[in-house]
Amino acid sequence: MSSIDLPGSKPPRRIPWDSLAVLPFVIFAVMFLFLPTLSLMGAAFTDRAGNFTLDNIAGLFTDQIMAAYWISIRISGASAILGALIGLAITLAIIRGKLPQGLRSAVMTFSGVASNFAGVPLAFAFIATLGRLGLVTIVIRTLFDFDIYRQGGFNLFSFWGLTLTYLYFQIPLMVLTIAPAVDGLKKEWNEAAQTLGANAWQFWRYIGFPILWPSVLGTLSLLFANAFGAIATAWALTGSNLNIVTVLLYNQIRGDALQNPGLGAALALGMIVITSLANVIYLVVAARAERWMK
Amino acid sequence: MKSDKFWAWLVFILGGAYFIVPLAATFEFSLRMRRGTYSFDAYASVFADPYFASSFTYSVVVGLFTIIVGILVVVPAVYFVRLRMPWLRPFMEFVTLLPLVIPALVLVYGYIRLYGSSSLIPFTGSVLGTDILLTCAYVTLALPYMYRAVDNGMRTIDIGTLTEAAQIAGANQLQIIGQIILPNILVAILSGAFLTFAIVIGEFTIASLLNRPAFGPYLVGIGTNRAYEPAALAIISFIITWGAMGMINVLGRFAPRTSARTD
Repeated sequence: MSSIDLPGSKPPRRIPWDSLAVLPFVIFAVMFLFLPTLSLMGAAFTDRAGNFTLDNIAGLFTDQIMAAYWISIRISGASAILGALIGLAITLAIIRGKLPQGLRSAVMTFSGVASNFAGVPLAFAFIATLGRLGLVTIVIRTLFDFDIYRQGGFNLFSFWGLTLTYLYFQIPLMVLTIAPAVDGLKKEWNEAAQTLGANAWQFWRYIGFPILWPSVLGTLSLLFANAFGAIATAWALTGSNLNIVTVLLYNQIRGDALQNPGLGAALALGMIVITSLANVIYLVVAARAERWMK
Repeated sequence: MKSDKFWAWLVFILGGAYFIVPLAATFEFSLRMRRGTYSFDAYASVFADPYFASSFTYSVVVGLFTIIVGILVVVPAVYFVRLRMPWLRPFMEFVTLLPLVIPALVLVYGYIRLYGSSSLIPFTGSVLGTDILLTCAYVTLALPYMYRAVDNGMRTIDIGTLTEAAQIAGANQLQIIGQIILPNILVAILSGAFLTFAIVIGEFTIASLLNRPAFGPYLVGIGTNRAYEPAALAIISFIITWGAMGMINVLGRFAPRTSARTD
């Protein structure tokens, strides 16, 4: 009845306006996430003449490529598991270890910085620390007369060297992600368990760990994907010496090192499949974990 | 309970050592350029290198454009989805998770195939086009962080009430977003911006594959040719990252909250 345009009413012109505001986001997602990924998926199943083929996928099962995937999976797995365990230990120490309150915020701030201090500068830092002329290498040689390279069999440009380097951003990422879950362990549960006669081991075995483990497992898959896609640190550390899958793909993009564009696309598709698997586990487990986080 | 505290200190000290020693070693290494004495020669050499200035400036400029484009893409979308199209939320959550799932290396491979010089949209056919593509690639990389920052910012203010109040006062949509919403989530946006900056400034993979003279590829070049400058650059990069993260912490104290509700 009223002809007054009430503030709460919806004039019809507002609907296209709303959609327009979301449009840049959608276009962006399509152009820079969906289409490139789909294009690679298509290329992985296409031969040079443009016909459907499974040859590219079959081509992945050569010794060189399987070895590259395998060492990538091992480095990502090792740095994720160690990063998660050490990160959890540090988080428990600063949140539940009755350390001075200031330490907690200092550790959280530092974690924010260190989790972003990845890539090339991180490689430089570890060369200056544990390289052949690095400070720690020299200190150990002078103090203990022990050459970690010649006698210890250590090499920064190897599996353990790279894993040790990756931990520098994996541990802080774990601390940042798991801290809310550790905060969620209520002090009352500890007191209740103690009142009922549980010791510290029993508290963690039956209460603490079962509540934390979904978050731990979830973060584990995040850390895995994080390390699996990383290349800059490895590249700056080892050049193209270490045959990990990201370095292989980088060389393929640079100069068609596999001499088969379809195989390159299949290599990329394989990486997406592996990181997706890790993240599907994360999503499933995170949904489970949320029940406890109320 | 005594032993609890002992273990906590032990873990803290061991963990602290792992994180402090490489920084100390790198700093010490960076001072060793002049034989027999500590000096800042490596830093002087870095700052005297014209490629340092040009690549760093290039990355800063690309970083600023990344932040601007990121804000323009994310803020309106998050606002309208929160306000009127909540059914689109799962889609946005999904999209903003993708850059964490699909490695940057794979994305840039897709870009080069899809937007090559002979394609429909030949981004890589010109220098400006490649710069635009690089910026868009960085917006994509930063999408998860920018989205979460903005989304958290809008959660702590009551955008529904603010929007209604502004409408009653006669504001149009542009005024509401520009003069009401933006100032209220400025702190959140700036957090996302500094995080974006920290990610973009030393990025190597995409910049090098698109052949742009950015800071990341410059760092790798120095790493293969020099001995002491890389250590100096690592320290400089750490300070930049620290600065960006420190700004987020400082800004966090100024975040406005117009709603007591926690939804």
